[in-house]
Amino acid sequence: MTEPVLATTTLGRRFGGLVAVDDVSLSLAPRTVHAVIGPNGAGKSTLVNLLSGDLRPSTGTIHLGALDITHWPSHRIAQHGVARSFQHTNVFAAFSAFENCRLAAQSRHKSFGRWVKPAERYGDWNAAADAALKIVGLASRGGIPAAALSHGERRSLEIAMALATQPSVLLLDEPLAGMGPEESAHIVALLKRLAADHAILLVEHDMDAVFALADRLTVMVNGRILASGAPDAIRANADVQRAYLGTEAVSTL
Amino acid sequence: MKRSLLPWLVVATVLLLLFPMAAEKFYLQLVTKIMILAIFALSLDLLVGYTGLVSLGHAAYFGIAAYTYALASQAADPANVWLTLPLALAASAAAALLVGALVLRTSGVYFIMVTLAFAQMAYYFFHDTRIAGGSDGIYINTRPDAHLPGLDLADDLHFYYFVLALLAIVFALLAVVLRSPFGRALQGIKANEHRMRALGYATLHYKLAAFVLAGTIAGLAGYLAAAKEGFVNPEMMAWHQSGAVLMMLILGGMGTLFGAVLGAFSYVLLQEWFSTLTKHWQLLMGGFIVAAVLLLPHGLIGLHRLRIKSRAPRPEGDGD
Ligand SMILES: Nc1ncnc2c1ncn2[C@@H]1O[C@H](COP(=O)(O)OP(=O)(O)OP(=O)(O)O)[C@@H](O)[C@H]1O
Ligand SMILES: [Mg+2]
Repeated sequence: MTEPVLATTTLGRRFGGLVAVDDVSLSLAPRTVHAVIGPNGAGKSTLVNLLSGDLRPSTGTIHLGALDITHWPSHRIAQHGVARSFQHTNVFAAFSAFENCRLAAQSRHKSFGRWVKPAERYGDWNAAADAALKIVGLASRGGIPAAALSHGERRSLEIAMALATQPSVLLLDEPLAGMGPEESAHIVALLKRLAADHAILLVEHDMDAVFALADRLTVMVNGRILASGAPDAIRANADVQRAYLGTEAVSTL
Repeated sequence: MKRSLLPWLVVATVLLLLFPMAAEKFYLQLVTKIMILAIFALSLDLLVGYTGLVSLGHAAYFGIAAYTYALASQAADPANVWLTLPLALAASAAAALLVGALVLRTSGVYFIMVTLAFAQMAYYFFHDTRIAGGSDGIYINTRPDAHLPGLDLADDLHFYYFVLALLAIVFALLAVVLRSPFGRALQGIKANEHRMRALGYATLHYKLAAFVLAGTIAGLAGYLAAAKEGFVNPEMMAWHQSGAVLMMLILGGMGTLFGAVLGAFSYVLLQEWFSTLTKHWQLLMGGFIVAAVLLLPHGLIGLHRLRIKSRAPRPEGDGD
């Protein structure tokens, strides 16, 4: 068994009286797509926010390799190669698509002390930004302000920004939501390729995509893990069928 | 945006270079004062217009450098610029570092209030203690001496060109910094700080560096103001001074360097004009600013943008 890249033990987060994530122990293996599914409000986004450092855990621990990152701020976690995308598109609306990715690429270098040479003269960063745009299919859209992109394109930009930071771990919160079928197929193929050298945690409602991609599947309900295992085992799991997938959904699996 | 403003920048520079030939002493001194305020406005633009930090206490750093200079030049002989200027800038930078480290943990309206509170503390410190003449302030006997051949800062004409040179240097410095990776990061923070953190930027460090740089440049303006007037008093760091420089930015257009300079010129010239009309000039000024905000949401510099738009419609960037 390979060492997990990212692992949580008894991770929990409460909002007042509501326990949004409850006793979640989960590990993300290298070079795998680990899908997290569950009904609305199950706590999937909260889990991603805990892993990315956007939210502080109430209980439990998070390890990145051998590092205990439980209380790290989000920028430090990102610096260690964990990139995320947001369920609700979160880009620099006024900046060009290219500048969005350029800033993402820049984040991997010490830019704090670089006050003189113009940013656009850092060729490596430009190349990383261009590569990220190209890989998600936005190569020709780099000059357009993010606000002027279509909704699906902005979703792709969200992924491009994560990739431009050259991460080893990707936390993707519903990357396909709001994409057209073509864009969606493109991203599914991309994620399949990325899984060769990334660990990917994928929160997604699109079951076709989930079963096409996932090496491992975790089902969350009411903040807790209901079941976790190989996709086929989950598909056959009676609890999952009752609690989440529903008879109607099962028939389509 | 930047390129299309270049001709205006050249015209403005040439006009400022030639202006003393045509001007009487009163106007020479007035424009000197305006250029000093333009440096002050540029420093605030770095915070408000480029980093998204609305400070209502920026006059504190203006005043601290002014007082440092005043206290360091109480001898009868002219003070040495190369000793007193670094000292004054260091005092403002240190104050900005200290205050910034505390206030940058807050945001939004809290940030505005805490910056104001610190500036009021500085104000009352000099107002209520006898260190530097209390509420009366203190005089400085002579202009400082830069010890450069042919430069006599006691001469108003020389002082004018000295200030113009420093304005140009500050403008160029900020233009360079804002294009650099550091400057781009600041603009990213203004646009979406949360996203910048998610990308891995330690945004607090960037904001603190911007706060200190802005405080230091405000200190340069304060030093020059004290040198020009030969006098400092606590009003230099009062809240209405912080408010005035913010209004200059709003009037000129924040988030563009040229707008900050334009704002300083239009604010002071309007103030001069209105005060010849009525002693209630502040009412007129208030009305004018309200009208400007309603009609020109991007400030006077927005006029230029409108013109460009009507010539060649195209998707608008963030206007850097
Ligand atoms: N910042 C917050 N403050 C209070 N409650 C929150 C907060 N964030 C999430 N919640 C609550 O926590 C629960 C889990 O929310 P979460 O967004 O993690 O669900 P999700 O599984 O991502 O749902 P969806 O599929 O709709 O995106 C919900 O009941 C939600 O209302
Ligand atoms: Mg969610």
